[in-house]
Amino acid sequence: MNDATPLVEVRDLHVQYPGRDGPARAVDGVNLEVREGETLALVGESGCGKTTLARTIMGLRRPTSGEVRFRGEPLSYKRAGLREHRRRAQMIFQDPTGALNARQTLYEAVAEGIRIQGLKGDEEQIVAEALANAGMRPPESFFTRYPYEISGGQRQRVIIAGAMALDPDLLVADEPVSALDASVRGEILALMLRLVRQAGVSILVVTHDLGLAWNIADRVAVMYLGRIVEDAPAEQLLTAPQHPYTRALLSVVPETTHTEPQILRGETPDPTRIPSGCRFHPRCPLVESGEAARLGIEKQCTGEDPLFLPACHAVRSADEHEAYVHER
Amino acid sequence: MSAVAAPSARRIAWIRRRRALSRAWGQFRHHTPGMIGLGILVAAVLMAIAAPLLADEAGLRAINVTHNPTFANPSEFGPLGTDSLGRDVMTQFIWGARTSLLVGLAATILAILIGSIVGITAGFYGGKIGGVLMRITEWFLVIPFLPLAIVLAAILGPSVKNIILVIGITSWPSTARLIAAQVLTLRERDYVDRSRALGASNWHLMTRHIVPNVSPLILANTTLTVPIVILSEATLSFLGLGDPTNPSWGKMLDDAFETGAVTAEAWWVFIPPGLGILLVALAFTLCGTALEEILDPRLRDRNK
Amino acid sequence: MSLLEVSDLRVTYNAASQAPIPAVRGIDVTLDVGETLGIAGESGCGKSSMAGALLRLLPKGTEVTGDVLLDGEDVLEMKPGRLRAVRWTELAIVFQGALHTLNPVQRVGDQIYEAIKLHAKSASDDDPKRVADLLELVGLPARRSRAYPHELSGGQRQRVLIGLALACDPRLLIADEPTTALDVMVQAQVLRLLAELQRELGLAIIFITHDLSTLVNVCRRIAVMYAGRIVEHGPNDKVFADGAHPYTRALSAAFPVIGEAEFRMNPSGLSGDPPDPRHVPSGCPFHPRCAVVTDVCPHTEVELWPAGPSREAACVHVSGAPVRA
Repeated sequence: MNDATPLVEVRDLHVQYPGRDGPARAVDGVNLEVREGETLALVGESGCGKTTLARTIMGLRRPTSGEVRFRGEPLSYKRAGLREHRRRAQMIFQDPTGALNARQTLYEAVAEGIRIQGLKGDEEQIVAEALANAGMRPPESFFTRYPYEISGGQRQRVIIAGAMALDPDLLVADEPVSALDASVRGEILALMLRLVRQAGVSILVVTHDLGLAWNIADRVAVMYLGRIVEDAPAEQLLTAPQHPYTRALLSVVPETTHTEPQILRGETPDPTRIPSGCRFHPRCPLVESGEAARLGIEKQCTGEDPLFLPACHAVRSADEHEAYVHER
Repeated sequence: MSAVAAPSARRIAWIRRRRALSRAWGQFRHHTPGMIGLGILVAAVLMAIAAPLLADEAGLRAINVTHNPTFANPSEFGPLGTDSLGRDVMTQFIWGARTSLLVGLAATILAILIGSIVGITAGFYGGKIGGVLMRITEWFLVIPFLPLAIVLAAILGPSVKNIILVIGITSWPSTARLIAAQVLTLRERDYVDRSRALGASNWHLMTRHIVPNVSPLILANTTLTVPIVILSEATLSFLGLGDPTNPSWGKMLDDAFETGAVTAEAWWVFIPPGLGILLVALAFTLCGTALEEILDPRLRDRNK
Repeated sequence: MSLLEVSDLRVTYNAASQAPIPAVRGIDVTLDVGETLGIAGESGCGKSSMAGALLRLLPKGTEVTGDVLLDGEDVLEMKPGRLRAVRWTELAIVFQGALHTLNPVQRVGDQIYEAIKLHAKSASDDDPKRVADLLELVGLPARRSRAYPHELSGGQRQRVLIGLALACDPRLLIADEPTTALDVMVQAQVLRLLAELQRELGLAIIFITHDLSTLVNVCRRIAVMYAGRIVEHGPNDKVFADGAHPYTRALSAAFPVIGEAEFRMNPSGLSGDPPDPRHVPSGCPFHPRCAVVTDVCPHTEVELWPAGPSREAACVHVSGAPVRA
């Protein structure tokens, strides 16, 4: 295993749900990598498939086609293989209250993973260490408490402790702070950054919040209707976005004052009715404003599926012909 | 600041569970209808247990009482008079309580056990397994209870054991359906997902997460099933399908009907067993309602 | 005279067998016709209780004291008949558009019409065609009136709720977390709609949210609530970018500005949690979490004190604040 092997590799992944009007293509051909010690933000709006993708990487969903590789090895869906995978990849949930069994003490919640995986060592010590590392000090005072006795931020810390107790290589965090009060979020995010530095864990954080990506991500992948449309280092993507969807998203973030907000019309279409050609074309500002026609790429936008990154014909034609100048 | 050298986490958790139970008991104590129900039940159970001390079992057999007057009213022969064969009604009442309560509890446990296992399995797995199990459940639900019970009792023969079996087999479906529905929602909870992400097997999920969270429902359902079962037993005994040698309140009603106690206006023969059934069924219902209220998690949050 | 004048509003919940919970502990708010005010705060700060108090929509037994003067008339003193007449026609609420805010078994058009009918003062007011007008006003095609709530997306439901609130031409709209569960693009659409409606109809809006950043572009003035009190208020840009109260600064820092180096790999937040209204810390309720806490803070009840042109903040660090031991 050399350094070039990414921790997680997703190849041409398709995940479909049966739907009333045909299959819902939640993940529709995704290629993605998470590298060692990296924090990748998977950004998109609801319905884009980011949660399905994260759960498939976790092994909680089986793909319809394509594969997920962990350290070069494809995921095994047999019971033993899955259990092994679960030791290396752990998950943080959006709603910390619902993710803890109200009848279990905090000690039992953290110890559960240790027991299931049959980890060696003094259980009480591992639990204490995990809680302490997650910022719950002194850890012993929390052993016999129940979830309803602590705050939302603390519950999320307990979940993080439970996950980190298994010493995983990858943490998949699904909207880890969106259910928490704003003033509390920073602490949890800072904790996650600390885990990356100290434990060397990689983090895949699924979020709709671009500000969060600016806060903690090394790289950002933007997802729209089952596809990654742009994938670049955070500083680059968030300050000089190339895909029209990314640009629109960034422009409407309330704190952004330097660009005119590009408010797209309508809402993200249903994954059962994915538009032909570039799936973003019905809402794309370039098509709507006539810019696409001017560039001579309108036929491609409506007819040709952009299977490259960034997934935009205008960007590619600019790269190829250098006739289209991006303005900041 | 040093950590307190306290007893182990497990022991403390156990102490806290005990405290939670005593808290629940404290709440129950303030629930008047529930306490009334509990009182009736305790009295009935004590009476059943103490039957040998309270009444001579010999008095149940007709041959032993040939010297007794028949249909004697309570003022002549007490305290509850005699029936058509001269048997002391009070003796029958006390010993009948045993059978009714025994069958009530045993058949309920059987029904709840089958119903819970089927319900949890069907709700948790869903898909084909769940589908098959739910279809079986529905089949049982659709068939009217009485004809099914009569057929089964006729096939198996009259005895207390068989009555327990019959009632148990015919009463589990409603429990199963209720529990399956609850498990279906519990299965989607995040903490089940989290446990799965930690590597838990299906067995672990079912026993450590589903069962503890569905047990309040099972408990409440149990206390509400007992009255139904007791009434079922009474019905079957009344129809003559019960054990003829074993006294039960239902059998007492059957005897009263068959032997013309009604026309003889011997109210002391059929009112006591009727009241007994009514009170015990009512008592379980009251307790069940009280338990449901106490165990409702919304109520628990408010009192935290 | 202002459209709305709230003085020393206090809301205390009285749940059975529990100590009273002081959710709102003395709030003053003034709003003129056509003005927009944003109220930012986290869970437990009392902002939703305040919103409910203005329309008297709180559970029975809740103690509400103070003055809520709507055009000079005290809402808290109104008789039930007058209150019913005022509700929705003068003052309306838009809630968070979750599925359970609308009746799931009634078509949305009928729900809007219900509001119109309830408040129709004459036959001419009772006009079903207004439903179509209202839907178009909020950017929905008129035929959507036949839809059930679950058939609409989150953004569409929110628009229906706004249309519902405008059914009787109120002058004041209270929007309680209207964009919280929505995606950022849909949120932008709804915020733009509210801004447009505010301009077109001359609406006064009180916008309540935990997301301080959404208020900056929508409201001219912002008030920040903490532990049942307003701890700062002033012009939107000043409050967000340069808060006078330490809590405001911390809250603002929780919404990173993309592109600014100070936020890169530097998530900032407060330790501890927003206080439970049942256990409000002594003195200045923010002192356990404050980065610039002094010795007097736990013992001092700080009042709002001028902190600049049309700005006030309740902190000992504001120059000139009277410090009472």
